[in-house]
Amino acid sequence: MDFKDSDAEATYRAAARAWLDANIAEYDAGHYPDDMAKAKAWQARKAACGYACITWPQEWGGGGGTPIESVIFGQEEAKHAVDGSYFTIGLGMCVPTVMAYADDATKHRFVGPAVRGDEIWSQLFSEPAGGSDVAAIRTRAVRDGDDWVINGQKVWTSGAHYSDYGIVLVRTNPDVPKHQGLTMFWLDLNAPGIEIRPIHQMSGGSSFNEVWFEDVRISDAQRLGPVDGGWKVALFTLMNERLAIGTSGGVGPEDILAFAAQANGADGPLLKDAAFRQTLADWWVQSEGLRNTRMRTITALSKGQVPGPESSIGKIVAANQLQAIGNTAVEAGDQYGIISDPALTPLKGAFHAATMWAPGLRIAGGTDEILKNIIAERVLGLPGEIRVDKDQAFRDLPVGA
Amino acid sequence: MNFDYSDDQKFLKDEARKFLGAHCGSDRVRAVLDDPAKAYDADLWKAVGAQGWLGAAIPEEFGGLGLGHIELCAIAEELGRACAPIPFASTVYFVAEALMLYGSDAQKVRWLPRIAAGEVIGAFATSEGAGPVTARSIRTTVSGGKLTGEKIPVTDGDVADLIVVLARDGLYLVEKSAGVTAEVLETLDPTRSAARLTFNGVPCEKLGSDDGIAAMQAVFDRAAVLLAFEQLGGADRCLDMAKGYALDRYAFGRQIGGYQAIKHKLADMYVKNELARSNAYYGAWALNVGAAELPLAAATARVAASDAYWFASKENIQTHGGMGFTWESDCHLYYRRSRQLALVAGSPAAWRERLVGQLEMRNAA
Repeated sequence: MDFKDSDAEATYRAAARAWLDANIAEYDAGHYPDDMAKAKAWQARKAACGYACITWPQEWGGGGGTPIESVIFGQEEAKHAVDGSYFTIGLGMCVPTVMAYADDATKHRFVGPAVRGDEIWSQLFSEPAGGSDVAAIRTRAVRDGDDWVINGQKVWTSGAHYSDYGIVLVRTNPDVPKHQGLTMFWLDLNAPGIEIRPIHQMSGGSSFNEVWFEDVRISDAQRLGPVDGGWKVALFTLMNERLAIGTSGGVGPEDILAFAAQANGADGPLLKDAAFRQTLADWWVQSEGLRNTRMRTITALSKGQVPGPESSIGKIVAANQLQAIGNTAVEAGDQYGIISDPALTPLKGAFHAATMWAPGLRIAGGTDEILKNIIAERVLGLPGEIRVDKDQAFRDLPVGA
Repeated sequence: MNFDYSDDQKFLKDEARKFLGAHCGSDRVRAVLDDPAKAYDADLWKAVGAQGWLGAAIPEEFGGLGLGHIELCAIAEELGRACAPIPFASTVYFVAEALMLYGSDAQKVRWLPRIAAGEVIGAFATSEGAGPVTARSIRTTVSGGKLTGEKIPVTDGDVADLIVVLARDGLYLVEKSAGVTAEVLETLDPTRSAARLTFNGVPCEKLGSDDGIAAMQAVFDRAAVLLAFEQLGGADRCLDMAKGYALDRYAFGRQIGGYQAIKHKLADMYVKNELARSNAYYGAWALNVGAAELPLAAATARVAASDAYWFASKENIQTHGGMGFTWESDCHLYYRRSRQLALVAGSPAAWRERLVGQLEMRNAA
């Protein structure tokens, strides 16, 4: 066991580092009207040199590289303050779906601009009636000649307010069981009849949207996969989701360790409290466990293998730990802990923000419960859930709130 | 980046699993469990010695195979999985490691080849009563080359030939034949023996420096990594048992493994076991290369493995329902062993405390 790069990996890393060093300063010195313009400029710069979508074929604007090269560039890029979050969902989930299911003309039109960051994509699957049970969605598309007309509502659409295009899963046949009547399309989010409304999250921010469709007309040429064959396409998209969501950011054991050395406990600093120390050790063990699990994943990539199922544990552990660390620091303040004003709180309110953001992280991209089902079924081979709706036509399914 | 067993190490591990499958079924574990006169499985001990496992990490010049600690970790994982009822940990992880760390050339030449050959059983005697071992808790003394004191519990103390004893001024080598008396103790895990050892002015030989607590802790750091692999092997075996039962057992008209209460329980086991595996690998790396991070890596590996094994062994019983509470079910073999392994080199709480202490030292540096 070791943490060394192979010769080829070391060469790649050195080149990536040199490229970053040569480009970051010039990029930082540029003038940008806003954060997005800045992010797009960086993406374009990377694309021009094969550092955007490193594993994609060069003919589609990618780098023609390997997964381990992508990991190495990501590690080196993370040492610099650049923001690629605008492109994560599009390049991680949507555009791969377009590449897998669209015709050549469509691919030629969209893949290059997406890789260069000129155009941003959103994924429109979740609905008020279909979260964990995505196949229960109700947004309808009805055929009209060479067109389809869409009516309904999507929800929890990340980044729809700044996206140009999206892939949307809709119901095209309500007379068959739910999985068999879905179809996938790509669409222009500026099309007439689409209204995007930000969701006011419990955390106070608005990173997600509701997207309303009122008689939105799209061409049958925008279909991805067969009519009523959209579920298989959606599974292809979702396969990439947990990789795209992956790291959570926010506060971790190192942050609360530093905080606890300063914070008042009952008798001296919080860090001297025996119960706190026991809990801190457990958080450390968890986050080291995740870090070391990533190294196992990278090892598999480095050997040209498909990573094992161990990478599926990341979000469950990270999201729950974020909630626990945030709240422990909040409670450590005793009566004062209720104050969330960043000017008056440790780490400019980061622990309070984590406490309010973590509930969303435990739900986004697969709830804790769905992820545990996935581990139990796909990793451990336990039976699937009983599906009472399996053989019923969608229109006959009972609906609640 | 190569954060996994190598192909050769995987081969060794597969061979170890096959070997233990043939020579250490649960009937062999039970033979020790059910016979109070049987401290360990002597036939298995001989067979394991013949495989060369006792000397896997002992250099060739001292009669070992000189493979390295990763190979020993691979063997440990399989021994843990098989719940092997032999004094392997005491002899190899504690005594051989203590000799390799602190022994003079003469001490190494004298003892390591005999350990590698399976001729000597070792025991590591530190505790003198309830609570963590500290400088204040040690009353054992050495005067004029004679050691006097009482150690309780000493794992494998009743069958050991060579005992490494913690006294106030350091570690000492004591030969059992020198007049040490042993009283066998009743423990939670009868598949691993333990004794109260009484030393009434027995001859002894200094092993290493005068700072006994530091020396003990250095041995514990090494043992902790190796024990973590035994714990991991046991925890993974519990998950396999629980999974197997959840698929075989029907209730309310379907496999109990189809119910989310069981699925999520087993998913939780899987998460803990994978965290433990990743942390154990990091500990193995630190042990093998002698990294400065070893104390922190060892604590991380041990806390993760102790937590995973406890959770997996108790929830395995729960998954088996009433059947899991019977003597004839194998579930309790692992539950018992999880207790033995979690305590033998200091409790999980003590290791959590040590972990945070290491973080403080790191930050102060």
